[in-house]
Amino acid sequence: MRAFTMTATRGRWLAWGGLAAVLVAAPLVFRSSLALNMLSQMGYLIIICLSYNLLLGQGGMLSFGHAVYTGLGGYAAVAAIGYVDGHGLAFPLALMPLVGGAMGALIAVPLGYVSTKKAGTTFAMISLGIGELVVAFAIMLPDLFGGDGGMSINRTYGKPFWGISFGPQIELYYLIAVYCFVCTALMYAFTATPLGRMLNAVRDNPERAQFVGYDTQLVRWYSFIVAGFFAGIGGALATINFEIFNAADALSSMRSGAYLLFTFLGGVTFFFGPIIGAVLMVLSTVLLSELTAAWLLYLGLVFVLMIMYAPGGVASLVMMNVQMARAGKLGRFVGLYGALLLACAVLLAGASALIEMVYHMQLSAATGSEVKYLGMRLDAATGAPWLGAAAVALAGAWAVHRVGRRLAHAWGRAQEEIEAELQRGGQA
Amino acid sequence: MEFFTISLLNGLSYGLMLFMLSSGLTLIFSMMGVLNFAHASFYMLGAYFAFALSGRIGYWSALFIAPVLVGLIGAAFEQLCLRRVHRFGNVPELLITFGLSYLVLEVVQLVWGRNVVPYGLPTQLQGPLFTLYGTQFPKSRAFIMLVAVLMLGATWLVLQRTRIGLVIQAALTHPETVQALGHNVPRVFMLVFGGGAALAALAGVVAGNTYVTEPAMAYAVGTIIFVVVVVGGMGSLAGAFLASVLIGVVQTFAVAIDTSLADLLAVVGVQVSSGNPLAQALRLTVAQVAPMLPYLLMVLILIFRPRGLMGTRED
Repeated sequence: MRAFTMTATRGRWLAWGGLAAVLVAAPLVFRSSLALNMLSQMGYLIIICLSYNLLLGQGGMLSFGHAVYTGLGGYAAVAAIGYVDGHGLAFPLALMPLVGGAMGALIAVPLGYVSTKKAGTTFAMISLGIGELVVAFAIMLPDLFGGDGGMSINRTYGKPFWGISFGPQIELYYLIAVYCFVCTALMYAFTATPLGRMLNAVRDNPERAQFVGYDTQLVRWYSFIVAGFFAGIGGALATINFEIFNAADALSSMRSGAYLLFTFLGGVTFFFGPIIGAVLMVLSTVLLSELTAAWLLYLGLVFVLMIMYAPGGVASLVMMNVQMARAGKLGRFVGLYGALLLACAVLLAGASALIEMVYHMQLSAATGSEVKYLGMRLDAATGAPWLGAAAVALAGAWAVHRVGRRLAHAWGRAQEEIEAELQRGGQA
Repeated sequence: MEFFTISLLNGLSYGLMLFMLSSGLTLIFSMMGVLNFAHASFYMLGAYFAFALSGRIGYWSALFIAPVLVGLIGAAFEQLCLRRVHRFGNVPELLITFGLSYLVLEVVQLVWGRNVVPYGLPTQLQGPLFTLYGTQFPKSRAFIMLVAVLMLGATWLVLQRTRIGLVIQAALTHPETVQALGHNVPRVFMLVFGGGAALAALAGVVAGNTYVTEPAMAYAVGTIIFVVVVVGGMGSLAGAFLASVLIGVVQTFAVAIDTSLADLLAVVGVQVSSGNPLAQALRLTVAQVAPMLPYLLMVLILIFRPRGLMGTRED
C-alpha cells in the first residue's frame, strides 16, 4: 500500500513537472512566429476546454453556449484595457485575464441559475437558447459591443515593467503559459474539493445525491460559476492575444460548438483529455485548414466515428493502452496495430481522394478538372480516378473491418486475462 | 384590424410549420429519450431535395418524393449510428445527432453552395389567395397551413387508429413490455425516427420556397424548435402545439411593430437623450428585438414554470 502511494505521488510530480517543462520549453524548440502563435492559442484553449469539461465531463452538463462566458470574459478585458489605457491608470495587463474571469463568473451567476434549473437534455437546449439570446443582444447594441468592426485594443499600454511590455509575442506567450499552468492546477484541485466530488455524484446519480441531503441544482449552479470564471480567463487571454474583440464571432454558436467538439475529441472522462483536445483544435484549425478545403468535413467525420467507436475520446484510447502496457500485454498488439494503421491509411487515401475531387469540382472547377493529390494528378473529368479511388476506399474499409474485429477479439481476451490475474492476486 | 388579421394568419401558418417540426421532435424524444439535434437538418434536406427534384420531375411529385428520401436517410442513420451509441447513454446520443447536423450542413454547402438557391413557388401557388382590407394573403402560406393540418390529421389517425400506431403509443411509455409481447421495438424506433425525419422534410419542402432555402435555414429553425419543446414542456405534443402557435404568432406580430421603449417613455413625458449610455438599448424597436423574443419567452418560462406549459415532468 505504501509503495503504491509513493508511486502515485511521484507520478503526480512527474505529470505537473512535465507540463511546466513543456510550457517553458515549447517556444525554445518551435521558434517560428507561426509556431509561437499556435502555442499561444493552445495555451488559452487548454484553459477554455478544461473549463468546458468541468461542465461536460465532471458535471454531465452538455452546454452549447460556452462561448457566452469566454466571449464576455474577452469583452470585459477589452473594455477594461480601453478604459485603463484611456484614463492613464496603472493596472497591469498581466492582471487583465482576472477581470475577464470575474466577468465570466458574474455572468454565470444569473445565466447559470436559469440554466442549471434542469439537467440533461433540457440543460443542453437552454444553454443553446441562452447563447442565441446573448449573441443577438450583443449584435443589437453596436455602441456597447463594437458592432461589425469589433473593438480593438493595444496590449502594450502603460510603462514596461522589468522591461516586459507584452509587445513581442514571446512575452505574451509566457503570460499565457503561466495562466495555463495555474488554471490547470486550480481546476484539478477543484475536482478534489467537496464541491467537485459532489458534482461527480450529481452527474452519476442525482436522486441519491439528493437523498444524502444535497441540493443538486445548487451543486450544478456553483460549479457552473466556477467554470464561467475559468472560461472568462481563457476568453480574456484570447482577445489579448489577437488584440480585437468581435461580438458576432467571439460569442457565436460556432465557437461554442468548436469547444464542445474538441473537448469531446480530446476525451471527457479523464481530466487531461481536454488538453489534448485544445492541441488538436489548434492543429486542425491552423494546419489542416491550410492542407485541404474539406477540413470541416473530415472533422465532422472524425467526430461522428469517435462517438461511435471511442466515446471516451483520445484520452481514453491512451489510457487503455497505458493500462495494457502496465499489465505487460501491449507487445502482442504491435502486429495488429501495424495492420490497422496500414488498413486505415488505405481507407483514408481512397476516401480523401474522392472527397478532394468532389470539393475541387464544386469549388474550383474553373481552374480545370485536374486535382493534385499525393503527388499524383487526377483528372476528375474522367471516370478512372473516381473508380480507382472508390476501389481503394472500399478495399481499405474492408481491411479496417477485418483487422478491427480481430483487434477487438484479442483485446477482449487480454482484458479477461488481466481480470483473472487481479482476482487471483486478491485471493492470495 | 387588417394588420391584426393578416398577421394572425401569417403567424398561424408559421406556427403550424413549426409544429410540423416540433411534433416529430417531441415524438422521437418521448419515445427514445433522444433529443434529435439534426431534426432541423432533415428539414433543410427536404427543402434542398425538393429544389433539386422539382427541376426534373416537377414540384408536386417532389412534394411526395423528397420526404420519402429524407425519411430513408433518417431511418438509415438511426439503424447504423444512433443505435450503436444508445448503450453509451444520453450525452453521446445527443452528440452524434449534433455531429450529423454538422455533416449535413457541410455536404449541403458542398453540393448546392453557400448562397440562397432559387427554389421558387410553382405557378399554382403564386399570387394571393384573397385580399383582406387591401392586404394580400399569399396562397403559399395557406398551402403550408393546409399541408400542416392534413399531415397532423394523418399522423393522428395513424397513431390512434392503426395497429402500428397503437404499438408506437405503447412503446412510448413501456418499451420493455411491448418488447416482451413480441413486438420488434428497435424497428418501431427506426420507423418513428425515419417518420419524424420525413415529416421534418415535408415541412422543409413547403417552407423552403415560401421562405428561403439556404444553408443557414437549419440552424435558424433548429434553435426555435428547441425553444418550442422547452416552452411547451418536454415530451408533450399538446404543449408543443400550443408553444409553436404562440411563438409563431408572437414573432410575426413583433416584426411588424415599430415601437421602442424610448417611444413609450416619450408618451409619459420622459425624453431619452443620446448621451445616455442606455439610449441605444431603449431605442431598439420591438421589430428589432423580435428574433430574441422566443428565447426570452423560454427563459421566463424556465423561471416561472420550469416544466413548461403542458409538461408533467419537473426534472
